[in-house]
Amino acid sequence: MRGAERLAAIEVNQVIRFEHVTKRYPQHGNALSDLSFELKAGEMAFLTGHSGAGKSTLLRLIGLIERPTRGQVMVNGRNLRHLPTRKIPLHRREVGMIFQDHRLLADRTVFDNVALPLVAAGYRHKEIRRRVRAALDQVGLLGKERTFPVTLSGGEQQRVGIARAVVARPPLILADEPTGNLDPELSREIMGLFERLHRVGITLLIASHDLALIASLPYRTLTLTNGSLVGDTGTR
Amino acid sequence: MRAHRRSVHRRVRVHPFHLPATWLSYHLQVALGSLGRLLHNPWATGMTVAVIAIAIALPASLYALTRNLNLLSESWGQTTAISLFLTPDTDIEQARALAVELRAHRNLDQVTLISPDQALSELGGYDGFSEAITQLEENPLPVVLALQPTPEVRIPEALERLAKEVEALPQADFARLDTRWVRRFQAILNVTQRGVVLLGGALALAVLLVVGNTIRLEIENRRNEIEIMELVGATPAFIRRPFLYTGGWYGLFGGIGAWLLVTLALALIQGPVSRLAALYHTQFPLAGLEATASLTILGGSLGLGLLGSWVSVGRHLSAAQPH
Ligand SMILES: Nc1ncnc2c1ncn2[C@@H]1O[C@H](COP(=O)(O)OP(=O)(O)OP(=O)(O)O)[C@@H](O)[C@H]1O
Ligand SMILES: [Mg+2]
Repeated sequence: MRGAERLAAIEVNQVIRFEHVTKRYPQHGNALSDLSFELKAGEMAFLTGHSGAGKSTLLRLIGLIERPTRGQVMVNGRNLRHLPTRKIPLHRREVGMIFQDHRLLADRTVFDNVALPLVAAGYRHKEIRRRVRAALDQVGLLGKERTFPVTLSGGEQQRVGIARAVVARPPLILADEPTGNLDPELSREIMGLFERLHRVGITLLIASHDLALIASLPYRTLTLTNGSLVGDTGTR
Repeated sequence: MRAHRRSVHRRVRVHPFHLPATWLSYHLQVALGSLGRLLHNPWATGMTVAVIAIAIALPASLYALTRNLNLLSESWGQTTAISLFLTPDTDIEQARALAVELRAHRNLDQVTLISPDQALSELGGYDGFSEAITQLEENPLPVVLALQPTPEVRIPEALERLAKEVEALPQADFARLDTRWVRRFQAILNVTQRGVVLLGGALALAVLLVVGNTIRLEIENRRNEIEIMELVGATPAFIRRPFLYTGGWYGLFGGIGAWLLVTLALALIQGPVSRLAALYHTQFPLAGLEATASLTILGGSLGLGLLGSWVSVGRHLSAAQPH
């Protein structure tokens, strides 16, 4: 997408735009088929669906971890199809990703894990310290800076992953089952954190099984079944 | 938190290295990080460093050896005496007189008279000669004067001239200046030096392979970490840099190890060499590695380490492509 087109996309405030996206895995078949939707800047939306419906796959396409078999994915006004390989790191810095399996480094402290995106982006020491502490404070793990992930509970590890995703203050955050390992109280706390991010203008797309939790919150919900979009409550 | 709203449509800060000081301290940090990782595993690191050190010490010590032999042959060239064979009819008394006369020559340091009897008994000391000598009815050997030139005439042309001069004496039969075998020895040394270069090339390749393979294993061990770094937006250069520094450290430590090995080896053979030299009534202090050779070892080893890791990183750390 050219600069002018990109500007146009920003004007209509589309942070994510899927156009007839299909993702096919050779051994498996279509994980996503002919998917089209948009997410506006500053929007907070849930992505739900049965296990194997394609939620993680959809998020991976946005983070450019994988490419669609057919169709276009636009993120922050950029057509990812035309994004050269050398620009992928810059794209990923604008997308904070929370992974279903945490993806933490076992041999690094909580602090170092959270600092990773800032270190990769070349931030200064002082700035890194300040931001990492702020992010850990947000997820309630300020006291665990010096510990290693293995000594943490599943929920705590999940929160370290969330701190890492928000630490560089990306305009878009993708969360894959961020409350999967949390008890109801902690889940609501994390949702509270996401809502705070939402209030300051961050765009969030949250994949979750937790239908009760989703139903209790007034946000748009996209529902996938076998890779097809079968429900969209629309922007609320 | 307020900053979030403004950051929504703004690109994330991407080029933070505006100040050279920041850039430098960043590189220092990466280098020290790689060093810390190496020291965390002292045995494995020590093993790799030892292999590199030995591989480099081999050609380096051969080089030191040929250099010392070269210096030795030069010193032989310098101490070459002129053997002045007198005519058979010059008797020992006349020879003594001539020796006294020659001692006054300004180009001669020492004049030693070797009588025919002396020469014969010395020859008798060699295996196989003693029997032959007992067969002789009379001593066929002439009187020989061993002339030791002063340092000023130790260049070949001056020696040649001096030899001609003494040869012209009436009592003289002929003068022999034995430098030809020294030249032959030096020719052999030249061949050996060529061999050192070839061996050095082969072992440099070995060092490249050792470093390359070590870095490859390191990359395999850290696949998970590399993948996560990629996911949070690290550039390929950022991911490669610590591995390159690791290779550099291996090279540097290997080079230092090689230098120490060669220096130690020379120190260890200095004793026997001194005793050997004493048998020949000379001194021969072994020359250590000169500054340029030391720098070549360190620089070459560092370069090999960097090159080895660069090749390995290029082969095993190709930027992840979304599929
Ligand atoms: N790398 C892959 N290769 C082959 N098939 C895959 C791959 N990744 C996902 N799939 C398949 O695609 C489908 C969608 O997977 P995906 O992980 O997106 O589901 P999901 O909605 O995230 O499920 P869950 O709720 O269990 O996390 C699944 O049937 C899965 O088997
Ligand atoms: Mg999933």
